[in-house]
Amino acid sequence: MRAADALFQALKAEGVEHVFGIPGGANLPIYDALYDADLIHIQARHEQGAGHAAEGYAKATGKVGVAMATSGPGATNLITAIADANLDSVPTVFITGQVRTDQIGTDGFQEADVTGMTLPVVKHSFLVTDPRQIPDYIHQAFHIASTGRPGPVLVDIPQDLSRAEIDYQPAQGTPTLPGYKPPTEGNIKQIRIAAKALANSRRPVIYGGGGIVNANASTEFREFCLTDRLPVTLTVMGLGAFEAPHEQWLGMLGMHGTRAANYAMDEADLIVCVGARFDDRITGKLSEFAPRAKFVHIDVDPAEISKNVPAHIPIVGDAADVLPKLTREYRALDADSSRLDDWWQRIRAWQNEHPLRYEDSHDSEIKPQFMIEAMYEATEGDAIITSDVGQHQMWAAQYYHFSEPRRWLNSGGLGTMGFGLPAAIGAKVARPDETVVCLAGDGSLVMVCQEFATAAQHEIPVKVFLMNNGHFGMVRQWQELFWQERYQSVAMGPSPDWPKLAEAFGWTGMQCSDKAELRDAMRAALDTEGPVLLDVRVTQNENCYPMIPAGHAARDMVG
Amino acid sequence: MSEPGTQDVVRLEDLEASRQLTGRKHILSLLVEDKPGVLARIAGLFSRRGFNIDTLAVGPTDDPDVSRITLTLDGAVHPIDQVTKQLHKLVNVIKIRDMEPNGTVAREMALFRVNASVEGRAEIMQFAEIYEAKVVDVSRRSLTIEVTGSQEKVDSFERMVRPHGLIEMARTGEVAITKSRPEA
Repeated sequence: MRAADALFQALKAEGVEHVFGIPGGANLPIYDALYDADLIHIQARHEQGAGHAAEGYAKATGKVGVAMATSGPGATNLITAIADANLDSVPTVFITGQVRTDQIGTDGFQEADVTGMTLPVVKHSFLVTDPRQIPDYIHQAFHIASTGRPGPVLVDIPQDLSRAEIDYQPAQGTPTLPGYKPPTEGNIKQIRIAAKALANSRRPVIYGGGGIVNANASTEFREFCLTDRLPVTLTVMGLGAFEAPHEQWLGMLGMHGTRAANYAMDEADLIVCVGARFDDRITGKLSEFAPRAKFVHIDVDPAEISKNVPAHIPIVGDAADVLPKLTREYRALDADSSRLDDWWQRIRAWQNEHPLRYEDSHDSEIKPQFMIEAMYEATEGDAIITSDVGQHQMWAAQYYHFSEPRRWLNSGGLGTMGFGLPAAIGAKVARPDETVVCLAGDGSLVMVCQEFATAAQHEIPVKVFLMNNGHFGMVRQWQELFWQERYQSVAMGPSPDWPKLAEAFGWTGMQCSDKAELRDAMRAALDTEGPVLLDVRVTQNENCYPMIPAGHAARDMVG
Repeated sequence: MSEPGTQDVVRLEDLEASRQLTGRKHILSLLVEDKPGVLARIAGLFSRRGFNIDTLAVGPTDDPDVSRITLTLDGAVHPIDQVTKQLHKLVNVIKIRDMEPNGTVAREMALFRVNASVEGRAEIMQFAEIYEAKVVDVSRRSLTIEVTGSQEKVDSFERMVRPHGLIEMARTGEVAITKSRPEA
C-alpha cells in the first residue's frame, strides 16, 4: 500500500479516532489516503488552531492529540502550538508534509526546515528518509509523546515518500529506543526520607502542578494530602488535581495566587513539590523564594529537579507510583498531627485577613470576577473550561473552583493567547457529552476567530463566554502599574461586533452587559443548541489582584 | 548526608541540597545514535540552555550505528548535573559519562604553524623534541608541528611557541576513554 495509507493504519493502531488539520501541496498524498481512512478529520482554519485543538483533545482526555499540516507555512503555523505543547507537557503528535526529497535544501516552493525550526520545542522529531520508516516512526512518536514527561513529537514526511509503495507491517510491542527509558518508579529510600522529613515538619506545604494531572494521579495526590492536615496549593496547570473548595486548600500560588498560599510558601519549613517546576511565575525572585524551606521534589523528569531550586530530597518518578508509597510510608510513622496546629492557626489568620475579594459594582456593571462567579453558578461547576491567556485566565483560576482534573485547560507555560477556542473545539470532540465552555478574552479570541468556522462546519457545540473588556487587559494592567500609565496599543477599539461576527460564521451570538441578567444569559447560552458566543461586557479597567510584581518575593504581594 | 534511609529520624536542619557547581573542567563522553541531526540537537540544547562548550570532538565508535561525542566544559560556570540531565532527555543520546579525572585518559591533537626564522628554528625544534611533537611540514619561513597529549600539554606547547609567532593553530578538542582498572 502507499506509505500514506500505512500512516493512517499506524495511527489507527495507536487508537487514534480524530485528527485535526489542514491540507496543502506537500501533504496531498496524506489527505488522499485520509479519503479512505476510517478516521474523523476536523478541518481547522489555521494550523495553529489545529494544533491547539489537538492539545485540547489531549488535555481533556490524556490521550495523544494529533494535528496535521502541509509543508512551509502550514508547518510554521503549527509551531506555536508545538511550543505550547512542549512547555505544558501535552502528549501530541504533529504530522507535517515536506517537499519532495529531491527538493529538500533547494529552497523549493513551500519548503521550510520544520524539523530544524522545531528542534528547541519538541520532545523529539523524525524526518522520514525512507517510506518504510513511517509505521515505526509513528509508533515511536506515540510512545515518546505519551510516556515519561509527555510532550510534542513531530513527524515530517516528504511528499514523494508518502506516495511511495511499501509493505505495511504493523509495529508490535513497546518500541525499542536505546536512548529513551523514562523513569517510573521512585527510589523507596528517598521516599522514606521524604516521609520522615514530613513527619518532622511543623510548617509543611504541598505544592502540586500539572505533572499530577499528566500522571492521572489526582486520586493518589488527594489521598496523600489527606493523610494529615497538610496544606495544599497548586499551580495554574495543576488546578483540579485537588478539590476546591476544601479545608486544606489554600488556593492557587504564584504571581496571582492567594496570599495564604504564597505566605505559606514563604514561611514553610518543608515544601513537597509534586509534578511542578518552580517556574518564575511561582517563585518570583528566586533568591528570596521560600527562604526557610527544605524541598522534596517529585518529578518524572530528572532535569527538572534542582533546575531552578536545589532539592534536598529529590525523587525521580511517576507521581502515580511515588505518591501511594509516600502515603504509606508517612502513615506508618504515625506522626503527631497536633504539631501542625500553630501552622494552621497562622494560615487561617492569613485566609481570614486576605481572602480573594473584589469590589462589586453598585449598578448593573459586570465586574470580571463576578462574571467568573456567575459562570461557576451557571455551569454548576460541571464543565470543561478552556481559557485564553490574560486577566480572565487568572480570575478564572482564582474564582472558579475546579474540583476535578482535566476540566481546566489553558496555556500555562507558553501563555498563548488564542488557545481557548481551538482547545475547546478539541475538548468537545474528545468529550462530546461534557459541557465545554471557552472563557475567552477579547484580545485573545480575535487572534483565532477563524476557528468559529471549524466549529460551525463540524457542528461542534462549544460555548464561548467572552470576557470583553475592550483591551489587552493584562498588558494594560502592567502599563498602568509598572509603566506609568503610558498606555500603548492596548485598547481594542470598537470592533468587532462580536455577536454579529459569530453569527456570520453560523453561530448563535448573544450579548450581556447587565449584572442582573448575566446568569440567565449564560444559562440560555448553555441551553442553546450548537455553538454559541456570549459577549459579556465587563468593567474595562479592572486589575487582577493580588499580585506579586515580576521579580519580587511573595512578601511583596500587592492588591 | 551519610547513609540516607538508615536514619530513624530525618531532621530538617540536617538536610542539604546537592552542590550545583564543581569548579573544575569536566569531560563528558556521549554515545549517540548515528542519525541525521543528532549534533544539531546537542548543539541546539547547549545554546538554548546557555551552556558553553569548550571543546567538542565527534567520531565513530566500534559500533557503526553509534557515534561518540566528547565535549569539555567548565564546571565552575555550569551545573554539570543539569547539563547531563538535559542531554539525557535527547532521545538519540544513549549514554553519558562524566569522565572521572583520575580514571581517564584524555588526549587531543593539535597542529601549529609557527614562524621559523633562522635564529628561532632550532629552539622550536627543541621544544618539539621535548613535547614529543612531530614536524609535519617545513617551509623556509615556517614549521608545522603536530602535538598530541592532554589539553594541558597542548596548552603548554602553545605558550612555548607563541613568542616565535603563531601563524595558525588547529586543535581537535579532547577525546577520552576510561583507564583500565589495575589488575588484582
